[in-house]
Amino acid sequence: MSNQVLMDAKAVDRSITRLSHEILERTNSPEDIVLIGIHNRGVPIASRIQAKLQEFSGVILEQGSLDITFHRDDFRERLVMPQVKGTDISFSLDGKVVILVDDVLYTGRTIRAALDELNSFGRAAKVQLAVLVDRGHRELPIKADYVGKNVPTHEGEHVSVTLKETDETDCVCLIRTKE
Amino acid sequence: MLQQKHLLGLDGYPSEDIQVIIDTAFNFREVLDRPIKKVPSLQGVTIVNLFFENSTRTRISFELAQKRLSADTVNFTASSSSLKKGESFKDTAQNIEAMKIDAVVMRHPTPGAPKHLTEFIDAIIINAGDGTHEHPTQAILDMMSLHEKFGKLKGLKVAILGDILHSRVALSNIFGLITMGAEVTLCGPPNLIPTFIHDLDVTVNYNLDEVIEWADALNVLRIQRERMGRGLVPSTREYRSMFGITQERLEHHKKEIVIMHPGPMNRGVEIDGSVADSDQAIILDQVLNGVASRMAILYLLCGGKPSEEKV
Amino acid sequence: MGLKRLGKNLVLKNGTIIDPHHKKTIHGDVWIKDGTIAGVGGFKAPKSSETVDCSGKVITHGFCDLHVHFREPGREDKETLQTGSLAAMAGGFTRVCVMPNTNPPLDSPESINFIREKAENCPIHIHPIGAVTKSQDGNDLTEMGLMHQEGAVAFSDDGLPIQDGAMMRIALEYATLVDVPIINHAEDVCLRAEGVMHEGRISTHLGLPGNPDLAESAMVHRDLELAEFTGARLHVPHVSSAKAVHHIREMKQKNKNVTAEVTPHHIFFNDDALTSFNTHLKVAPPIRTEEDRRALIQAVKEGTIDCIATDHAPHTIEDKETTFDLASFGMIGLESCFGAVHKVLMDQEGLQLEDVIALLTAKPRAIMGFDPDLFTLGRAAEINVIDADKEWTFEREHVRSRSINSPFYGEPLKGKVELTISCGRIFSN
Repeated sequence: MSNQVLMDAKAVDRSITRLSHEILERTNSPEDIVLIGIHNRGVPIASRIQAKLQEFSGVILEQGSLDITFHRDDFRERLVMPQVKGTDISFSLDGKVVILVDDVLYTGRTIRAALDELNSFGRAAKVQLAVLVDRGHRELPIKADYVGKNVPTHEGEHVSVTLKETDETDCVCLIRTKE
Repeated sequence: MLQQKHLLGLDGYPSEDIQVIIDTAFNFREVLDRPIKKVPSLQGVTIVNLFFENSTRTRISFELAQKRLSADTVNFTASSSSLKKGESFKDTAQNIEAMKIDAVVMRHPTPGAPKHLTEFIDAIIINAGDGTHEHPTQAILDMMSLHEKFGKLKGLKVAILGDILHSRVALSNIFGLITMGAEVTLCGPPNLIPTFIHDLDVTVNYNLDEVIEWADALNVLRIQRERMGRGLVPSTREYRSMFGITQERLEHHKKEIVIMHPGPMNRGVEIDGSVADSDQAIILDQVLNGVASRMAILYLLCGGKPSEEKV
Repeated sequence: MGLKRLGKNLVLKNGTIIDPHHKKTIHGDVWIKDGTIAGVGGFKAPKSSETVDCSGKVITHGFCDLHVHFREPGREDKETLQTGSLAAMAGGFTRVCVMPNTNPPLDSPESINFIREKAENCPIHIHPIGAVTKSQDGNDLTEMGLMHQEGAVAFSDDGLPIQDGAMMRIALEYATLVDVPIINHAEDVCLRAEGVMHEGRISTHLGLPGNPDLAESAMVHRDLELAEFTGARLHVPHVSSAKAVHHIREMKQKNKNVTAEVTPHHIFFNDDALTSFNTHLKVAPPIRTEEDRRALIQAVKEGTIDCIATDHAPHTIEDKETTFDLASFGMIGLESCFGAVHKVLMDQEGLQLEDVIALLTAKPRAIMGFDPDLFTLGRAAEINVIDADKEWTFEREHVRSRSINSPFYGEPLKGKVELTISCGRIFSN
């Protein structure tokens, strides 16, 4: 196994800062934006974006979290246990601009499940996707609106994201499992 | 993941699995708070509710749980007069299974009937009450409700009141609570408490006031009117006087105590209407938790590969 | 395998001959000529004799079961005298007493005669037990005198207890006329209530209505006192509880007219086995706790319980393959009896083989007054050849009864009957 650091803590922070600016740039009414972090690591990233957006614009956005376990499309193949206090969205999404936040975008199935689950909370005006890393290899027609870093990957490679809030340090690494 | 393929009862059921079910039930409780209360987890799963005994509330609770999980539900109700000498039981079950169903939720008047069912069908079996034996899903929702209120079950002092002898709710609760480390005291007419109940690690106390002083929570069982007379319970007013959770009795104790009842209630007999409607009673929470815990049980038993290796 | 006519001369060679009547054990041969005992030990049999090598085997009396249900007349679908005879021989039994709870019950001299005549064609000796009351309804005495003349060896309403104390007294008093035992299925109907298994720890776990041990002991106590009062003979069937043993032990110290039996299943199983809700373990009286089981074994060892009797109770598959509350009470027991009893009493409890054999041969015969001296020259042969050390597992293939309701399938047993000789026939397993 080999381990290559793609983004260190500083690079992660710069990316999230840039993402936050991009989000602000593309909206006329930041008050309509709602950040929904996808468990696990989407949640702390969403919190950081919320903090930065508050810093830049003074607006405090509503934030929620999503555990997509019950909406997975592989529910007939494997039984997955849900997170404790997984989904927490205590407001209606009707008419809001929802920004889903996740750490890595890969096949797109997680996002499909998240979109499915969002429907249970109301009809959003718009749903956008912000990810720290896009590693390609989509299996569904899903696209991210805000991307921290594009990391093309091959089979046998894995993108590992660690964050201060969950794993002690911020780091994005490329892990190659030897043949 | 649960260790056993079926949920037949809580006697000997592992504590880790009870905890998993309760934790997952809280997740489903959140689903029940959403505007659209549905998840696709059991899409394509077919569940039959096989009720050989009348029960509207339990059946509806299971049906809702199944539908909220997007499962397909079929109901079969047999009135007890059409319940012949067991022959229709086996034939009915096998006929239904021949139609390719995944799980059976069964209520039957005889102890051991769900276990008996496992001998001739392959589907997953969930016991919704087998006579005077067990009612595991009720005990689970009761424990979930206690967990919700107190944040834990270990060390909790729970009293179960009433006709323990004929109560599957009591027996399942005893098994579950003791497994999870709670303390249980039983209180009721002495002839309605099983002679050998001490073997289950419970205390028995016929003095209701002492029990109320001791307990964190009271689970009040319905006293069945059929038990009146026949030498079992002398009269309603006698029962209410000696064992009823009345407004006066609770006021006398002036303590924070949680009141539970599996329903349906005989207001004015085992419990006063005003007590049932008070803030101390979590009876309606129990009902909602019932749907959530049944969703959790169905999800954990029916989810995943049908051929997943389970005992 | 199966039943055959005995040849003219059969010599069982080289076996350990156990005589439970004379309490002797010798090594040698047994010669059976024209179905009767022609030589035991030293003799000269014709060279043309058929021989069976019994080295390492035991040659002893055929067993006698005081308590079987052969369901004829009325439920020939469960068992007949013929099929019951085969089941008996497969278990080493050459003589049985059939209970009268048939349909119609054996409550008249005509019905006793019916059994006796039918039994003449059977390969074992079958004795009818007459009912105590007409239709077994607990009200009117049967014609015990006439029935005894026809061949009834005892009287019982088995299956049903004689609940009314006054009736039991009258029955005991009247029975002294013919000097045969009254056998009462002792379970107080009211205390027993809806009970389907022993009331105790296990029934509480299973939520099944329980039948407390005092339902049996209270009635046994009553029967013992009535027997003493009337001077009649009382035989207590299928004792199941330590409490009943206690009463019998006390009464036997002063009353020689009391005898008692125990079934193989009551000394083999305890109520832990019922956690599986296996309906084959649903019996009356119920299988009780380990303490009760130990008390029964102790009673057997000290002689408080005189003999083993199987209470062989055949039932159809439909009667048993149902929910526990609806299943019929009872199990077959003839074929598994010796292996089970040997396993418990010898293997686990250290009794001698001679004692175990006596419990199945000399002791039951003494209670009914049947001829106990089966190795006498000229006597019609009732003989068993047993492999006493054989370890075997009881399976369906060992059953010869028309019914198959047994909880012993898959149980490892010790000691197997190999040949049974009776009524000029030989049965080999």
